[in-house]
Amino acid sequence: MGHDHAIEAVGLVKRFGDTLAVDDVSFEVPRGSVLGLLGPNGAGKTTTVRMMTTLTRPTRGTARVAGHDVLEDPAAVRRSMGLTGQSATVDELLTGRENLWLIGSLYGLDRRTIDRVSEELLERFSLTDAAGRVVKTYSGGMRRRLDLAVSLVATPPVLFLDEPTTGLDPRSRVELWDVLHDLVDDGTTLLLTTQYLEEADQLADDIVVIDRGTIIAHGTPMQLKDASGKASLVVTVSRAEDLAAAVERVRGAGLEAHVDEPARRITAPAEGLHDITRIAAIFDGSGIEIDDLGLQRPSLDDVFLNLTGHRADEDAGADIEDQSSSPAEVRA
Amino acid sequence: MSQTSPTTRRAIERPEIRHTSLWHQSVTIFRRNLIHIKRMPEMLLDVTIQPVMFVLLFAYVFGGAIAVAAPTGYREWLLGGIMGQTIAFASFVVAIGLTADIDKGIVDRFRSLPINPAAILVGRSMSSITHSFIGIVVMSLTGLIVGWRIRGSVLDALAAYGLLLLWGFAMIWVGILVGSSMRSVEAVNGVMFTTMFPLTFLSNAFAPSEAMGPVLRAIAEWNPISALVQAVRELWGNTGPAPADAHLPLQHPVLFTVLWTVAITAVVAPLALKVFRNRTMQ
Repeated sequence: MGHDHAIEAVGLVKRFGDTLAVDDVSFEVPRGSVLGLLGPNGAGKTTTVRMMTTLTRPTRGTARVAGHDVLEDPAAVRRSMGLTGQSATVDELLTGRENLWLIGSLYGLDRRTIDRVSEELLERFSLTDAAGRVVKTYSGGMRRRLDLAVSLVATPPVLFLDEPTTGLDPRSRVELWDVLHDLVDDGTTLLLTTQYLEEADQLADDIVVIDRGTIIAHGTPMQLKDASGKASLVVTVSRAEDLAAAVERVRGAGLEAHVDEPARRITAPAEGLHDITRIAAIFDGSGIEIDDLGLQRPSLDDVFLNLTGHRADEDAGADIEDQSSSPAEVRA
Repeated sequence: MSQTSPTTRRAIERPEIRHTSLWHQSVTIFRRNLIHIKRMPEMLLDVTIQPVMFVLLFAYVFGGAIAVAAPTGYREWLLGGIMGQTIAFASFVVAIGLTADIDKGIVDRFRSLPINPAAILVGRSMSSITHSFIGIVVMSLTGLIVGWRIRGSVLDALAAYGLLLLWGFAMIWVGILVGSSMRSVEAVNGVMFTTMFPLTFLSNAFAPSEAMGPVLRAIAEWNPISALVQAVRELWGNTGPAPADAHLPLQHPVLFTVLWTVAITAVVAPLALKVFRNRTMQ
């Protein structure tokens, strides 16, 4: 067993009746790293997480969490991980502190430990003032934070977060990201599902893109952007009268230049950093003054569109059998 | 994050996760359910205000129009019926609590913890029994106020209370089945009202079955609730034995109450567990 991997998915398949919700999903998450499981609604993210957290039995394949097999030793898996589900699953009629007590007690922690850990978590998630209030009165952001705090009562080494920031306002989202960064700095392994490319880009070391139940790409955010292959070189000249000369030089270097006259900007498809060096050398000492020279990488949004043919925030649709996009493994 | 090398991470203290018993887990969930009742005392309406209203309504409004053969009068006779109805509604409480927990993802959260999933159901059952117990106490006190008395021996009286709790236990399984099948609390309300009310009224709970037409009488007397109601009435000394022409269950009400609860449990419990497992394993 790969003990340096905190999470392993091995050929996970889940079929609901005629529908193949998850089809042969495999990946590994190294200890202490963050994997982003990225995909639109209905792509199979939640089902994958449910299989990895023992909530749903895989039709085929298996998963290992902290070295424990979800089928052979589900109890050990449950002792090693925390799960924050898609909807904030805290008890609305309990106070924040009582929610922490409930889960701590079910984990078998003694009362003193629960009290100590609870106060630490409430402090860390800025919930101390609200701790004695019934959760029904909490805002969406507070619920999410409490939900995460509850998942951390037993300080599990592996944490699964299913769309942790869905429905949060931008500020709460950034606050939650900070907390997640801290957790990872403390050595926690994180698997998070998200529909937000920005979130995957911000948090994940590694991204698995899933669409219609299958993995369509896997790599670091940078690799995914590179694989999309549409990086552009952008040159902005200082004076409009230099533009024509500049275009000539870029074309002279063998690049296909597009000109945006009002912006005094030339855009050209580029392979990578060496194109920048080449162009920089051409302009160096040419007398053409340059405002800006850079490589514009595609955003993960572009990557997603490129891989799936639809945007990340669109639903995958129900036609799972109709696989038009071919898998593009871009693992380096 | 990737630039943080594993060696520079500070180790954090992970508290020890002890193995806990099913009992500890169930009691924890039970205590959580009790907090719910504390926060929403209106959850107890069905075992407090509602049966008291029924007692008053039937004792003083309809009671005059219902003739019973019991020598001690309608009010005394009525109480066993209201008790039977209230305890049958124990299934309601279980179903609503369970559906709400499944619907809100609480059950999923519990199942992601290192606990026996049965604790969710055992904890729910414990709160249901508590709920029913409160109802039995409230109704006994209300009964005493309107003139109900226990006229049998202490042992018989206790046996009657025992039968009520046994019945409540069987109803828990019905509640688990309905709670696991329904998608929302509103659906549970709909199903339970349209089944439990006719079921409890089509019995000897409020009016004697002797006065019903032959078909209706057969249905009422074979209704499991009637055996329970007849049993507690006899054990409390609130009525004499059923007339000779009554159907078999009323001739041997205690035996039939036990048989009914065993049969209901034997049929419903495995089904309820299966439906619960299927629903939560999705």
